[in-house]
Amino acid sequence: MTTMTDPPKADGFRFGQLINDTRYRSYTFQFIAIVLLFLFFGWLINNAMNNPVLQQVGIDFGFLADPAGYDINQKPIEYTSQSTHLRAALVGGINTLIVAVLACITATIFGVIAGVLRLSNNWIISKLMAIYVEMFRNIPVLIWIIIIFTVAANTFPAIQDYRGDNPTNTPLLGMFAFTNQGVFIPSLVFDGAGGWIVFAVLAASILGIFALRGYARKKLYDEGKLVKILWPSIALLLVPVALAYFLLGQPISVENPVMGRFRFEGGFLLRPSLIALWFALSIYTGAFIAENVRAGILAISSGQTEAAAALGLRPGRIMSLVVLPQALRVIIPPLISQYLNITKNTSLAIAVGYMDLTGTLGGITLNQTGRALESILLLMAFYLSFSLIISAVMNVYNNSVKLKER
Amino acid sequence: MSDTHAQSVAFVRDTEIPPSPPPARETGAIKWVRENLFSGPMNSILTILGLLIAFWLLSGLIPWVVNGTWTGNDIRECREILQGSGGGCFAVVAERWPQLLFGFQYPDYLRWRPSLAFVLLFLAVPPMLFIMFLPRWTLALSAVYPFLAYWLIWGGTILTPIFIALAVLFGYFTFAKIEKRGFVTGLLAGIVVAAAIIWVGGLVAGEFSRFGRLEAVESRAMGGFMLNLILGIVCVSLSIPFGILLALGRQSRLPIVKGFCVVFIEFVRGVPLITLLFVANVVLAYFLPPNANFDLILRVIIMITMFSSAYIAEVIRGGLAALPKGQYEAGDSLGLDYAQSMRLIILPQAMKISIPGIVNVAVGLFKDTTLVSVISMFDLVGMIRGPILSSTDWAGVYWELWAAACILFFTVCYGISQYSQWLERQLRTDHH
Amino acid sequence: MKNSVILGTLAVAGLAAAGASAATLDDVKARGTLNCGVTTGVPGFAEPDANGVWQGFDVAVCRAVAAAVLGDAEAVTFVPTTGKTRFTALASGEIDVLARNTTWTFSRDTDLKFDFVGVNYYDGQGFMVPTALGVASAKELDGATVCIQTGTTTELNLADYFRVNGMSYEPVPIETGAEAVQQFLAGACDVYTTDASALAAQRAGFANPDDYVVLPEIVSKEPLGPLVRHGDSEWADIVRWTLNALISAEELGVTKENVEQMASAPGDNPEINRMLGTEGELGAMIGLSSSWAKDAIAAVGNYGEVFDENIGESTPIGLQRGLNAQYKDGGLIYSPPFR
Repeated sequence: MTTMTDPPKADGFRFGQLINDTRYRSYTFQFIAIVLLFLFFGWLINNAMNNPVLQQVGIDFGFLADPAGYDINQKPIEYTSQSTHLRAALVGGINTLIVAVLACITATIFGVIAGVLRLSNNWIISKLMAIYVEMFRNIPVLIWIIIIFTVAANTFPAIQDYRGDNPTNTPLLGMFAFTNQGVFIPSLVFDGAGGWIVFAVLAASILGIFALRGYARKKLYDEGKLVKILWPSIALLLVPVALAYFLLGQPISVENPVMGRFRFEGGFLLRPSLIALWFALSIYTGAFIAENVRAGILAISSGQTEAAAALGLRPGRIMSLVVLPQALRVIIPPLISQYLNITKNTSLAIAVGYMDLTGTLGGITLNQTGRALESILLLMAFYLSFSLIISAVMNVYNNSVKLKER
Repeated sequence: MSDTHAQSVAFVRDTEIPPSPPPARETGAIKWVRENLFSGPMNSILTILGLLIAFWLLSGLIPWVVNGTWTGNDIRECREILQGSGGGCFAVVAERWPQLLFGFQYPDYLRWRPSLAFVLLFLAVPPMLFIMFLPRWTLALSAVYPFLAYWLIWGGTILTPIFIALAVLFGYFTFAKIEKRGFVTGLLAGIVVAAAIIWVGGLVAGEFSRFGRLEAVESRAMGGFMLNLILGIVCVSLSIPFGILLALGRQSRLPIVKGFCVVFIEFVRGVPLITLLFVANVVLAYFLPPNANFDLILRVIIMITMFSSAYIAEVIRGGLAALPKGQYEAGDSLGLDYAQSMRLIILPQAMKISIPGIVNVAVGLFKDTTLVSVISMFDLVGMIRGPILSSTDWAGVYWELWAAACILFFTVCYGISQYSQWLERQLRTDHH
Repeated sequence: MKNSVILGTLAVAGLAAAGASAATLDDVKARGTLNCGVTTGVPGFAEPDANGVWQGFDVAVCRAVAAAVLGDAEAVTFVPTTGKTRFTALASGEIDVLARNTTWTFSRDTDLKFDFVGVNYYDGQGFMVPTALGVASAKELDGATVCIQTGTTTELNLADYFRVNGMSYEPVPIETGAEAVQQFLAGACDVYTTDASALAAQRAGFANPDDYVVLPEIVSKEPLGPLVRHGDSEWADIVRWTLNALISAEELGVTKENVEQMASAPGDNPEINRMLGTEGELGAMIGLSSSWAKDAIAAVGNYGEVFDENIGESTPIGLQRGLNAQYKDGGLIYSPPFR
């Protein structure tokens, strides 16, 4: 053992130096770490290879090319029971993204509203919001999903009421049918290329509005001139679309759901599983986002507001020009990790039978083929790559809004 | 001059007029209502809206609770008693309460044991939570608790937990004694001593398996809310040391250690818990030695611990990053080596900063333990969805059961999160 | 195997695993209990009763095997499995035998490397609809919403049936049978499809069974039976012949009541004598005691008794023997001879 008073000799090397000499110690530790890791994984793999069934079955991704054999109810892309397992997984992946995006949007809306209202000086409203936030944050999301699914399946009017020659219930406005088999809503039918042109015009108008806003802001910052953009924006949004719509002979029509033998045909069906997952995730994550929003707003010291007021800004402008840009810097990073949570929580779809990736690849495909190892590996790879992409985007954003310290 | 004024004024008031009461609309309840509820048109609309919502909620809830019945043996009797009064059929909760708490496989004549363990939890936890107000020796209660609770819940001979406790104790003493000779040496010596005691203990416990024996209960029999609590408590406690190691590893200058920690943390955080549970359920058994008794609950504990240690590692990393660089440099300048400066200077402070974050992770994890119902374990949610709702007696009674589940979870989670907020205020060392 | 050797040397020598292919029989005997995979709950087939004791038709197979191997019908650890976990639970060695309404199919027998040891229930997939729907045949179900339990062969049969008949449907996949029934009763689907036996079992539990009707079409063959891991033929033999003993017992008139008395001394039927161990050494041939079949029958009764007790016409489930009658009575239940 070396001691403090006994400096290591340059020429001699003793075994104890491997542990006690800082020059070698890091190598020793890393070497031990590698050996332990190898031993551990070697042990795991060895166990798996000794499994008699796994030895015979092997690891083989070939099943992905076989016909899936099962049907999927929500098909964003073309799919039949004769399509491959890979295509089924793809359908599931798209369904995951659909519900994730929908839930992110609504959760943000719920969260912002609840977060702002919780700071309201209206006692009833702020207390209601506090109850909402605490209720949803402290009860597992799985329970919420199941409860909302139960509501959708048990308290919506029975679809039988809409059937027959003298239905006891009719769709709302002839367009929206709330049934225990889901909510039937009208869908838009694009009539040939014309519909898509109108759609393109709409997209262009929205881009135009953003350009207008940029122009107004530049004018404000450069010349101090306030350009009113509310009415021009509305006009920009509506007029070209309306023109295109009527000039092209009304190429977009609305298709209402019509009762068939068993259920409504035509239109678009929001299944109870989608409703449950979407709504439960939004309202649950919304409670967390509300807390983030509240913390973000509270983080802006009142001095900022007062300073802005002293400069003569009106309350609306104080919010949009002073408080919000600073609060967003605090709000957005946790907001994005909430989006990540939503994406990961969509995997709870399996509890209500929503056909997301966990339901197809990690559910039916796994069950029917018995290829557990391969399916779960692919499943994890999907979620992992998705999370890493979002994290990367988040890092880019964080770097761009970081306080530029000089 | 001085008296002219006195002569020109007939009356001089020598006492102050008592302040007159403010106008009625500026006092008490009215003022409060005006300022807080109706300060503007927008606010008034919100208030009325809020009142309507509250009324709508309460008008549904109150008759349901007040008219509800707690007697009846199945849903048909319940409906007969209720006669369509809109009340809830809480009889299901009353009848199935033991199942909700303990699952349907835990022997009913042994239920006093987990109940006792649960009650003892209230003796064991306060020393950890409120150590600033209690004498230090109370921590011994917390230290003894895990072993006692293990014995009570799983049964078997008391020698097993005693020897494990002894191993931990003597292992730690050895470590403390030898640590002066180097952290690694101390650690190795501690582990050797602990392993030796466990080995001896295994022999002794095998020999005297009837000593202090409680009827053994298999892990498979755990269920209900008890399973959620066991999973939550065990996994969080296990994952804190792993989380610390991972966080230190991620901060480490050793590229291999760091690389492994980063990959592990990012991998676990990038996938949903449910996929990890699938691994525990359908894949992990391949990777463990056959015939070694890794039953489902143990595999689930392994995976959930992995999951939560990654999250806790990130929280602690935040704590480490929040420490000023001076603290690290202070450790170096005192001549402390890595282990010493971490143990004596950095970690105590970093952990203090991290505690609220860790509590948040713990609450999240506790809620996530409900996911085990998806892999056919009968936790609280699994019990409700499976055996209770599918029994012919109670098929169709949803609200009462889910309300019971919500109340149980809410009580625990809200309690912990309130504690976390209180602790955050206690630990705040800066002054406002 | 080469790779496994290399990696094995990397692994700690002492931890090299013994491999689950080692005789399952020895494992079970050493452990003292049989690990038996069952469903999470199908009334009549496998369901824990109010005291948490598993009961049912499939459970009886587990108990019979435990009685034959360990002499104790209670020495069974029941492992509830879902459609997802059942095969890996068996493959990984977590359970020794899977007795869980599992359909014997080509790919499960070959590709998944399992051995089906026999059929304890001949079933077929059927449809149940509310009477109010006014449907008389499955051919009229075009456009209907169908609740299915995922991970079962019924899911695939359903897809095939509707495709072949050129009909469309809306599948509502549900993890467990119990929840599928809840959804069906709530009206979230018009049709519930699963094995006809389970349909009958579940319909019996409804508050108003007459409001629902099982359609006449049976769209598939579902031979259900216990299965074990591929590659351990000795163990497969034990499970197979325990099942056969129950079946033969019914054929030969051996019952729970009279089995003790019949096994006490050799009778005039040599096959009964061989089966019950009073003549020959059949037990020793499969590594069990000579009273193995007697223990199994004494524990659960013969096939007919098991059937009547759990799912027969006197139970709420009320299934008729039908295909599951002894071959002498025009059914398919037939055991090879004990010789």
